[in-house]
Amino acid sequence: MKAPETIEGEDGRLGENIAYFARALRVAGLPIGPGMVIDAVRGVEASGIGDKQDFYWTLHALLVRKHEHTPLFDQAFRLFWKKRGYLERLMSMMLPAMEDPRQRKAETAMRRVQEALFSAIRDQKKPKKPRLDIDATFTVSDAEILQRKDFEQMSAEELALAAKAIARLRLSVDEQVTRRLKPAIRGRLIDPRRTLRASLRAGGALIDLKRRDHGIRRPPIVALCDISGSMSQYTRIFLHFLHALSAERGQVHSFLFGTRLTNITRTLRHKDVDEAIAACSAAVPDWSGGTRIATSLHQFNRHWSRRVLGQGAIVLLVSDGLERDDHGLEDEMARLHRSCRRLIWLNPLLRYDGFEPRARGIRAMLPHVDEFRPVHDLTSIADLVQALSRPIDQTTDMRVWRQRAA
Amino acid sequence: MTQIALPQSIDDTLALLGNADYVADRSLATVIFLALKLGRPLLLEGEAGVGKTEIAKVLAQGLGRRLIRLQCYEGLDVASAVYEWNYAAQMIEIRLAEAGGATSRDKLTSDVFSQRFLIERPLLQALKADPAGPPVLLIDELDRTDEAFEAFLLEILADFQVTIPELGTIKAAAAPIVILTSNRTREIHDALKRRCLYHWVDYPDAARELAILSAKVPGVPKRLSREIVAFVQAIRKEDLFKVPGVAETLDWASALVELDKVALDPALVSDTLGVILKYQDDISKIAGSRAAQLLDDVRAELKA
Repeated sequence: MKAPETIEGEDGRLGENIAYFARALRVAGLPIGPGMVIDAVRGVEASGIGDKQDFYWTLHALLVRKHEHTPLFDQAFRLFWKKRGYLERLMSMMLPAMEDPRQRKAETAMRRVQEALFSAIRDQKKPKKPRLDIDATFTVSDAEILQRKDFEQMSAEELALAAKAIARLRLSVDEQVTRRLKPAIRGRLIDPRRTLRASLRAGGALIDLKRRDHGIRRPPIVALCDISGSMSQYTRIFLHFLHALSAERGQVHSFLFGTRLTNITRTLRHKDVDEAIAACSAAVPDWSGGTRIATSLHQFNRHWSRRVLGQGAIVLLVSDGLERDDHGLEDEMARLHRSCRRLIWLNPLLRYDGFEPRARGIRAMLPHVDEFRPVHDLTSIADLVQALSRPIDQTTDMRVWRQRAA
Repeated sequence: MTQIALPQSIDDTLALLGNADYVADRSLATVIFLALKLGRPLLLEGEAGVGKTEIAKVLAQGLGRRLIRLQCYEGLDVASAVYEWNYAAQMIEIRLAEAGGATSRDKLTSDVFSQRFLIERPLLQALKADPAGPPVLLIDELDRTDEAFEAFLLEILADFQVTIPELGTIKAAAAPIVILTSNRTREIHDALKRRCLYHWVDYPDAARELAILSAKVPGVPKRLSREIVAFVQAIRKEDLFKVPGVAETLDWASALVELDKVALDPALVSDTLGVILKYQDDISKIAGSRAAQLLDDVRAELKA
C-alpha cells in the first residue's frame, strides 16, 4: 500500500487525520457522529489508499449522507488533504458562519433577560390583558379592533400581541384518509391478528372480533412567501403562523422568495419563535427587495416540487402578485397547480373593498388557483385555519374572480 | 453449492459490475465495495431512470445470490412486508384442539403461534440462510411509503433482525446485502440515513452513456448511437421539468432500431420525442425548431 504524498503522516497518523477532517466537516454543517468517524477509518483500511480518487470516494461514501453536502465535502477535502496546517485555515474560514448564530443567540438571550427584568414594570403600566376570542361579542373592545386591524398599520406592541394570538390559534383538523390500517373500535374491517390473540387469551372458546380501519393523517403544507418590500410585513407575521403550524405537525415546508427562492423549513423548526424568525431573516439575502415571482416559482417547480409536493400537499402562496415581468408566470402557476392537491393564494391586497384583479401578474395567476383569500389581519388568518379544515372552500367564489380577471 | 466470494478491492467491484453489463463509474464502485465489505445497507438516491434498481439486480446476478425485492407503496405495513399469520389455519387448529379434549391454554397459544403458521414476507425471507449465500434485499422506492414504515426498517437495517411479539426475535444467520433506493419525492429520515451508506446516482457523462448503450442495446449503428447520446446529453442541459434518464436513452435507441433508422433527422426527433420526454410542456418546448437546432449543434460537435 503506497501512501501518496498528499496524505500526511504514517499509518498511525491517518486515523487521527480522518478524525480532524470529520471535525472540520462537522463545523461546516455536516451531521457526523463518532460512529461515522470509526466507520470512515475502517473503510479506508478496507479499501486501502490506492490513489487520491479512491480515497476521496471512500471518505465520501462514509461521511456524506445527503446530496446537498457533496459540494461542501468536495471543498473541504481539497483544502484539508492538500497540506497539513490547512485545518486551522479551514476552521477560520468557516468560523464566521459558525460564530454568527452564537452571537445572535447571545443577543436574543440578552434581550430576553432584559424583558424578564422589566416586564413587571410594563405589566403595571398595562394591566389589562386583551382577550382575543375570534367570535367576540358586539362590544368594541381592544381585541376586536386588533382582530380587524391591518398588520401593516400595527405598532410593534400590537404586532407582538397579534403574533401571540396566532400562536394560540387552534389549528385545523384537515384530514386525509391513508391506506395504512389502524385498530379502531367500530372499524369496518376485521383485524385477524388482534382477534386471534384476544380469543386465545380467553382460551380460544370465544372469538371476540377486533376491528380496524383506515388511518387518518394530515397532508403536508407547503408555503411560498413573498418577501418583497410591499409584502415583508405580512410575510413576517405569516411566519409566526407557519412556525405554530410546523410545531404542531411534521410536514410543513416553508420557502421565502424575493428575487430568488430560499428554503427555510429547517430554520423554522427552531423551538423559539423569535429566534426562528431572526434566523430566517438572516438566511435570506433579499428581504424587502424586489420580487421576481415567475423566476422563483420556476426554481420551485424545477428543484422542489417533486420533493415536497408528493403526498397530497396543500400549497399556500403568500404574495400580492404585483409582478412587472410576467413572462412565463402563467405557465409556472399552471405547473404548480397541477403538481399539488390544492393551491391557496393569500393576497393582502384583498383588504381593499374595491379590489379589482387588473394587474397583469394577478390576471396571469388567478386562473390557476383553487382559492383566493385575504391575509392582512387576524380574522383572515383565523378564516384560513377554518378553510384548511374544509375540503374546498365554496365561499370564495373563484368563478367570479376569474370572470373579473378575464 | 459454493458461494461466490465478495470482491476484495474497488477494481474487483468494477469488474463484477462490468461482467453483468453494468457500466459504473469509480465512485459508485467504491461505495458498493465498502457496503459489501463493511456489511452496511446502501441507500441510493437519484432521479428516476438512472439505474438505481438495476444495481441490486446486477449484484444478485454477479454474486449468484437470490434477489428479494420489496416494492414500497403508501400504506405498506408489517403484514405485507415482514410477516403474517395464517389465520384460517390457526382457527382450525384451535377448533381441533377443542375437539381433541382439554389442552392447556399455554400449550395452545404456543402451538398456534409457531413457525408452522407463520407466512414470511420479503423482509423476513431476507434473513433466512441460503445455500448460495445471504440474499440481496432490494427495498425499492422507499420514498413512496410513509415515515411509520421507515421506523420498522430501523431494527432490520441496524441489526438485521426482526421482532415478532408472539415468537421472539429472529436474527439473520448472515447479514443480507441490502440496497435501498429513493427518487427523493420526500426526504428520508436522518435516523435511517445514518444506518446506511449513501450515494447519489447521477446522470452519466457522454462516454459512459455510450458504453451503457452499446452494452445494453447491441446492434445500434455506431453513428446513430453517438448521435443519440450526444442529443440526450444536450437535452439534459435544457431547461426542462423532467430531463430524460438513462432508461429513456435506451428506450429511444431500441425504438429507433425498430424503425430501421441509421441517423437522426429533425422530423424523426420530433416524432419520437415522446419516448424521452414525458411531460407535454417539455415536448412542446423542444419539438420543432429547438430540436432541429440542437441536432445541428450535435452534428457539428461530432464532426469536430
